[in-house]
Amino acid sequence: MPEAALVASAAPIGVLALQGDVAEHLAALQRIGVAALAVKTEAQLASVCGLILPGGESTTLIRLLHRFALAAPLVARIRAGLPVWGTCMGMIVLAHEVAELEQETLDVLDICVRRNAFGRQMASAEVALDIPVLGPEPFPAIFIRAPWVESLGAGVEVLASHGGHGVLVRQGSILASAFHPELTHDDRLHHYFLGMITPFALD
Amino acid sequence: MLKGGVIMDVVTPEQALIAQEAGAVAVMALERIPADIRAAGGVARMSDLNLVQGIMDAVSIPVMAKVRIGHLGEARCLEQMGVDFIDESEVLTPADDKYHLPKQEYRIPFVCGARDLGEALRRISEGAAMIRSKGEAGSGNIVEAVRHMRTIRDGIATLAAAPPEELVAHARDLGASYELVAQVAQERKLPVVLFCAGGVSTPADAALMMSLGAEGIFVGSGIFKAAAITKNGKAEYDANGFPRVDPDIALSYAKAIVAATTHFEDAGAVVAASKALGGAKPMAGLDLRQLSPHELLSQRGA
Repeated sequence: MPEAALVASAAPIGVLALQGDVAEHLAALQRIGVAALAVKTEAQLASVCGLILPGGESTTLIRLLHRFALAAPLVARIRAGLPVWGTCMGMIVLAHEVAELEQETLDVLDICVRRNAFGRQMASAEVALDIPVLGPEPFPAIFIRAPWVESLGAGVEVLASHGGHGVLVRQGSILASAFHPELTHDDRLHHYFLGMITPFALD
Repeated sequence: MLKGGVIMDVVTPEQALIAQEAGAVAVMALERIPADIRAAGGVARMSDLNLVQGIMDAVSIPVMAKVRIGHLGEARCLEQMGVDFIDESEVLTPADDKYHLPKQEYRIPFVCGARDLGEALRRISEGAAMIRSKGEAGSGNIVEAVRHMRTIRDGIATLAAAPPEELVAHARDLGASYELVAQVAQERKLPVVLFCAGGVSTPADAALMMSLGAEGIFVGSGIFKAAAITKNGKAEYDANGFPRVDPDIALSYAKAIVAATTHFEDAGAVVAASKALGGAKPMAGLDLRQLSPHELLSQRGA
């Protein structure tokens, strides 16, 4: 189905469910009143009008995407305009490349990310993050072994920074956050993503 | 970040690379796999730190390592080295027969085993960031893991159904704080992730445990025991004293466990995984009723 038709048909928003914080994203989507679908197969991927790539382990996820024959159809749909949002690991998986690591990515978002940029697991933190597109109230951003944006291409817009590095970026229909909005009860970024799919749905 | 994934016990960097290639979300470094600890007897300790370092250098997925229950010396070493998670584990010989580590005091997250909700909540009070069923490690027998997952689940259901005035008495019976008990009653789940461990040896075992509500799977002896190279029924050892493993069989077997964990709701996928064990046979299991109480690892550290 063409992208526009899927958007118009009230198809569900998918959460890639091979591994990671799937349940939390599904719950957040349900809280904001949209149909949500855990995506593990190509048929499920074909039925969604937007896709969230949740936090998880990026090395593992890339392997599983290939193993279960999802990598090629996913890249094809993203290139065709499917709105996607990568959180934490999802940002790494979408990126053009990973700094100082020979790590395979989907290479659909023109950024270079640094993995575990804020330190290993012990450097996890919650930060009151300024995100101007969400309004004046800071966003409770939870960073866990988080990446940051090391460098970016001309088409990429930085929507928020922390410690001098981009942690929320957008390039057209692709959104990526270094932190975990699904672990808070602040659903503003989920609303924002919904707006990328159906602009009229934002109130 | 580990949810929905498989965490594999590894002894060497070579095994860690196989686990990573198979799609493990993390590896667990330990001195010997539980089945070998069980067979060899003696004292089981934290892994050689040179091997832990070698494993950390070899893989980009998170590295966990086991310490003996209550052994702050071992735990501080692993924290210093910057491993991603510490497992305060009954599989190793306990260092303290009364007290677990005060895990709140560490900058590094801990995972601990539990047989029931009380144990789980006590470990969480001490600072555990992740709970796993104890199961019966190295047994190749899933019955204890099933019992522990069901017992934890039943405990949560009991709290969720209890009227508020009964929660103080439940807290007393569970040996856990009222605040934590009230939180579990309200949210109907543990405040940390709940994985399954102890006795998983086939893809169908992994699917079973995910169906029972496990948020992920630890596989200890299941993979590398099935891939062990034997001669006349006896394990062969390499020059460093590690059991020899067929890397191709280990990779196939590990991939099959990962596939069954990811697609546990899809019986067709579990069938396909079960047929793709690389020619290996699952490890021989133990009938736990034949063991004496001191041989049961799950009895340690309540």
